[in-house]
Amino acid sequence: MSEHKMISFIITRQDTADSTPYDEEFEVPYRPNMNVISALMEIRRNPVNKKGEKTTPIAWDMNCLEEVCGACSMYINGKPRQSCTALVDKLEQPIRLAPMSTFPVVRDLQVNRSRMFDSLKRVKAWVPIDGTYDLGPGPRMPERKRQWAYELSKCMTCGVCLEACPNVNSKSDFIGPAPLSQVRLFNAHPTGAMHKTERLDAIMGDGGLTNCGNSQNCVQSCPKGIPLTTSIAALNRDTTFQAFRNFFGSDQA
Amino acid sequence: MATSKEFFYRRLHSLLGVIPVGVFLIQHLVVNHFATRGPEAFNQASHFMENLPFRYALEVFIIFLPILFHAIYGLYIAFTAKNNVSRYGYFRNWMFTLQRVSGVVTLVFIAWHVWETRIQAFLGAEVNYDMMANILDHPAMLAFYIVGVLSTVFHFANGLWTFGVSWGLTVTPRSQRISTYVTLGIFIALSLISIRTIFAFV
Ligand code: HEM
Ligand code: SF4
Ligand code: FES
Repeated sequence: MSEHKMISFIITRQDTADSTPYDEEFEVPYRPNMNVISALMEIRRNPVNKKGEKTTPIAWDMNCLEEVCGACSMYINGKPRQSCTALVDKLEQPIRLAPMSTFPVVRDLQVNRSRMFDSLKRVKAWVPIDGTYDLGPGPRMPERKRQWAYELSKCMTCGVCLEACPNVNSKSDFIGPAPLSQVRLFNAHPTGAMHKTERLDAIMGDGGLTNCGNSQNCVQSCPKGIPLTTSIAALNRDTTFQAFRNFFGSDQA
Repeated sequence: MATSKEFFYRRLHSLLGVIPVGVFLIQHLVVNHFATRGPEAFNQASHFMENLPFRYALEVFIIFLPILFHAIYGLYIAFTAKNNVSRYGYFRNWMFTLQRVSGVVTLVFIAWHVWETRIQAFLGAEVNYDMMANILDHPAMLAFYIVGVLSTVFHFANGLWTFGVSWGLTVTPRSQRISTYVTLGIFIALSLISIRTIFAFV
């Protein structure tokens, strides 16, 4: 045995999208201040498992390495979180890594989060400003509102809230908390509010807002501390009024 | 885009759970509480309810159809969830799971209870103090009734909490916390009322 301190990993792997997952164990030489990704890189450099057999490098997603892109989410010791900010020193060993389960696995720890991006398109999570002429700077946002809207804008579509939600699963087409909260964000924007009705109508569609069953796991799990359940309740209020407007007609068009 | 059916059904499910089903539940528990004042009082109260005008219309439209819709759609909702309290053991997630479990327990209990009382009345039996006293004479039945009633009361009280969120009445964390205390109080109060009633027959 080497005199180096080793870190042990148990990693759930899957070779293709539909093959059966299996566990493989690894040992990685310890360096100070390692995060899970640096350990994965180490395995990639030298893809040999604990038994000393040569194996394939592990596939995973990453981009920003500073917890703003959301790409590197995975189960780390039973909790879905970002592997770039998961520090090895703070984790119990063996460190267990597994892909998130509500998203289709592409390979190993890499999952396909397309459903979230599709949902963002569906709910029009943007401020439409394109036109044939310059529309000008637009109205200012009150500072108090900006403060809470800023919190909502921190969402990085990491998928952790969908993973934690008992109502997002293969039996339901619930779009999940993240895109809903984005509706609140863009409806709060002074220019975005011009399309408020369309966004509310979109989340009143199938798989929308009413699929929330208030387990509130999302707000407990979001790495950005986004007040998802406040967003959902606020949208429940907005859609209550919107439903009446849709049914009876409205003075506000 | 037109509002989907799902939104309508889900909100209808939520509304029916409180009005009329929840209101009926409270009324039912309060009237039954007359049992604590003796068989006479209970029989009188239950005769009064039996002789309400439009009895069948009230039973069908205020009780039977709303519960039927709420129960069937509720089963669908309950079985589309993938409960995960073992991984996410937060308080609200427990309430989420218990809401679904208590819904199913409540359904079994209500079905049995309606069979034993209302259907038997339809078949000619007389619903009175003695009928209930006979039913609750068996220890197993007594336990079943206690579990069933507590499950129903829990489901209703916690349902009031989710109702507040579902309609956007309680939006902020503080309002939701206060709502937790209020609905907990309702759970305790209704539990005491119904347990006292049950033991009035024993
Ligand atoms: C005495 C009978 C019942 C009463 C008073 C009652 C009441 C309620 C109330 C007030 C809610 C809250 C609605 C909301 O979340 O907005 C609710 C939710 C629910 N009920 Fe019932 N209920 C009863 C029977 C049942 C039965 C028999 C089932 C069948 C399984 C059921 C299943 C559910 C489910 C799954 C929910 C959660 C809905 C959600 O979170 O979206 N309930 N109920
Ligand atoms: S709301 Fe939070 S948990 Fe959900 S996707 Fe956005 S950052 Fe991730
Ligand atoms: S790599 Fe971007 S959040 Fe981890």
